[in-house]
Amino acid sequence: MLHADFVIASCLIYVAILFSVAFAGDRKARRNPGGWLSSPLVYTLSISIYCTSWTFFGAVGTAARDGFDFAPIYLGPMIVFTGWWLFLRKLVTVGRVHQTTSIADFISARFGKHSGLGALITIVAVIATAPYIALQLKALTDSYQVLTHPAGAIAASSTILEPNYSVAFWLAAGLCSFAIIFGVRNLNVNEHHHGVIAAIAVEAVVKLVALLIVGLWVVISVRGIPAEIFANAPVSLMRPADTFDTRWVTLIILSGIAVVCLPRQFQVMVVENSSERQIRTASWLFPLYLFLLCLFVFPIAIAGLNRLPAGANPDLYVLTLPLQEDRPLLALLAFIGGFSSATSMVIVSSIALSTMISNHILVPLALRFSIIPTNSTQSVRHFILNTRRAAIIFIVFIGFLYFWVSGTSEALAAIGLISFCGVAQFMPSLVGGLFWRRASALGAFAGMAVGFLLWLYTLFLPSFGGSAIMTAEVIAQGPFGLEWLKPHALFGLAGFDPLAHAVFWSLFVNTALFVTISLITEPTPLLRLQSTLFIDVFRRQTESELRVIRRTARVGDLRQMAERVIGPRDAMELFSNVPAGERAVVASDELLGQVEQRLASHIGAASARSLVSRVVTDETVSVQELKRLASEAEQIRAYSEELESKSRQIEEAAAELASANRRLREIDKQKDEFLSHISHEVRTPMASIRSFSDILLSEPNLEEERKQRFLAIIQKESIRLTRLLDSILHLNQMEKGQPYWEVALFDPDRALDQALESCEALAESSGVKLRRVKQGPPVLVLGNSDKLAQVFINLISNAIKHNTDAQPLVMITSVSDESAYEARIADNGPGIAEDDRERIFGKFERGSNAERAGAGLGLPISRQIIERFGGHLTLAASRPKGAEFTVRLKVARAPSDVLPLRRSVS
Amino acid sequence: MSETRLLVVEDEANIVEALSYVLQRAGFLVETVSDGDAALQLLKRERFAAVVLDIMIPGMNGFDILRAVRADPRLADLPILVLTARGQAKDRQMAEEIGASAFITKPFSNAEVVERLRSFTGKSQQGEEG
Repeated sequence: MLHADFVIASCLIYVAILFSVAFAGDRKARRNPGGWLSSPLVYTLSISIYCTSWTFFGAVGTAARDGFDFAPIYLGPMIVFTGWWLFLRKLVTVGRVHQTTSIADFISARFGKHSGLGALITIVAVIATAPYIALQLKALTDSYQVLTHPAGAIAASSTILEPNYSVAFWLAAGLCSFAIIFGVRNLNVNEHHHGVIAAIAVEAVVKLVALLIVGLWVVISVRGIPAEIFANAPVSLMRPADTFDTRWVTLIILSGIAVVCLPRQFQVMVVENSSERQIRTASWLFPLYLFLLCLFVFPIAIAGLNRLPAGANPDLYVLTLPLQEDRPLLALLAFIGGFSSATSMVIVSSIALSTMISNHILVPLALRFSIIPTNSTQSVRHFILNTRRAAIIFIVFIGFLYFWVSGTSEALAAIGLISFCGVAQFMPSLVGGLFWRRASALGAFAGMAVGFLLWLYTLFLPSFGGSAIMTAEVIAQGPFGLEWLKPHALFGLAGFDPLAHAVFWSLFVNTALFVTISLITEPTPLLRLQSTLFIDVFRRQTESELRVIRRTARVGDLRQMAERVIGPRDAMELFSNVPAGERAVVASDELLGQVEQRLASHIGAASARSLVSRVVTDETVSVQELKRLASEAEQIRAYSEELESKSRQIEEAAAELASANRRLREIDKQKDEFLSHISHEVRTPMASIRSFSDILLSEPNLEEERKQRFLAIIQKESIRLTRLLDSILHLNQMEKGQPYWEVALFDPDRALDQALESCEALAESSGVKLRRVKQGPPVLVLGNSDKLAQVFINLISNAIKHNTDAQPLVMITSVSDESAYEARIADNGPGIAEDDRERIFGKFERGSNAERAGAGLGLPISRQIIERFGGHLTLAASRPKGAEFTVRLKVARAPSDVLPLRRSVS
Repeated sequence: MSETRLLVVEDEANIVEALSYVLQRAGFLVETVSDGDAALQLLKRERFAAVVLDIMIPGMNGFDILRAVRADPRLADLPILVLTARGQAKDRQMAEEIGASAFITKPFSNAEVVERLRSFTGKSQQGEEG
């Protein structure tokens, strides 16, 4: 064992070194930021806070228990840094250009400076990280206790120790002060925590060196050559049957996501980034660092399994193996390595989370409820700085509390991966935000919120192993016995590793909601602008929103507000270009933009915007500028869409035009046919008249009888001509809706009888029998009796003229009831061919069976007349013999129909 | 001298009466028919010196009769006078294309019809015609 005082002294010396490095770093940064401080090497080393004590001690433990199961935690980040280099480069560049303060700030800024998103991310991050901090405290306390245990380290590591909470408390307090001293010196997050980063880099070197030395020592002195070590490895360790399963792949994906989404990783990788050179180097150097870190994991694990008693905790092999071989200084080095891993994680996590808590929860609340005092210029600064300090203490305290409550339980062991899964909920919004223009704030919020709840339900709460929050019964059988709600087999998805199950459900639902809601929501102008600025970061880094969203504010108000946040000195510099004494002058858009950006680097984009909007008196969105800002691709797409829609419109217009042309040609053809018909109908009687007149003129001595006959024909044909002209005019007038007939109530049967009488002579001369049938009571209809008689005459004479039957018969039937009057004129002639049924109502048309007689205008005119009376003229459905026309009229009975005895129909 | 037989294909009774009277007075022997199909049968069966042919008639129309007649080698040279109320230029063109010997639109001059038929049949002016 090592004496506790010796261990504590060593730790204190180490911490003192870290303090001086951090102090030197900060001092150098103030004089000359750059040089080694912003070198890619330091940047890469700072990223190694990914490897906490959990990986430092735990990797060997996992390897000793489950062989290759330790590897995914390293493989994921290696794949992301080498394979996803373009994604990282874009992420880091956007973060740098927009002076992002945290992952919450990044995502909320991308989605239209959405303050709700920032708050949600902060809450998820705190809940996922606090237990993780507890895990570090546990690792530190455990390793300290094992190292200093009076009964000997090996024996101690074989039993479950009651954690020494006072050690944990003092550790937590020490970490708090370090984080507060070096992490919250300045408000401007974007000025970078050079001191902290320098100290973290040193710690990264220490933990790597410690592990490498222990590893080398194992290989060289414990077992001789490496081949021998592996030869002695248990077979089950090297070739476990179920290593590369779902869980293994899930772990790779999850750790790849975590290395980007963990708040502390985002802090060192994006927020602290100062040049592209850094991320370029990190893309190969960080995977190399990870490779070196796990180089000796197997040798140490195998040596531990071979040399240490079976009960010894594999998680502490790194520590106990040197002690077993009586190498206390080596053990101390290993302890310092683990100490480094734990402290750097706690420090950076607490700084990152405190910024998030302050910027996304406390400042917005203070702004909303006007808690920030308004009288002094320093008050806002102090308020924000104090909230950050308080937040650090709060976070570390929560971590300590968590450790205290669950210290001896196994719950902490799995918390690393559970934490990974929690922060993985940021990934869909992060990737979507960088590459997908449609991605909307509501989609991101809903996806993340539901993903977070699923994570809580399927992984986080069950991890307490059947506590008051979620009982063992609920975990085994589902709440209220609902099988499909079992936390480890949600919606019936059973048979999977609980972690893989939780990762699947939370990320799947998260992504699905994010995409679906984004597709159905319409982005606001600010969201559209921010998405363009993020996605097209490599194309337009200098653009800002100042031309898109025009705001009006007084310089005086703006300056006063800026002073309160960034201090009078910085404010003076910011406003140095504005002439003094013009307090009422309206601030330029450019100045407003500068002020907001500066504020954003202190308190985050969302809070900065809300703060600036307090002094803004007027805000308008320039749609034109927004369009201009949209990337070329988007413009081209919009343009081509417009073209497409225009060409569609043109096509539609062309189609309409074509059909109109067809109609016109049709009408033209009808007109030609009409004229041709008229010409024919006029020329035929004219020919008779001309021919007989010729005869009469050339033969003055024609016998009287013949002369009379010829003159009669001439007269008849002249009348026929006149009738034809009348019909044409009549039809034309009706088609234009012009005729003015006297309208009265009359008995339609009287018109029918009158028509019958007129046709009797014709019937007799043609040898056609007429038969008249009456059914129903006498009724009155509204219309013109003469016109109706004309229709009847037309129909009856047609029936007579076209009847070629040997015993020609025309049946005239009238049927009436209280609502309708029907007259049917039926013959036993040749009937109307199926093809002609509608055609016969056209002008100049005659049925093809018809002998020629009349001009062919009768039926169209008749139909027009009947329709004018509100009735119908129809041809009855096909009959075996003959044709039947029906005139159907409405019976006028109501007084309202009767009252206007004389009126005109138009 | 032998009488010259003419066939008048016409469905309008008054015109048939007028033509018959005028052509008989001019010394022709006149047969009349009002239906297209009957007209073609008659033409194939019996010999006529010339034909007066209306276009718009029941059954086979005038154009179809004209085509059928010209397709028959025995009737290829038969003089046919188309006498129609269809007065448009395209009708005249059509009639001439398919082999009408003359085309006169209604109303017509009796003298012109007689003159044409005489020139087709080689029958000289005679008698009381004037």
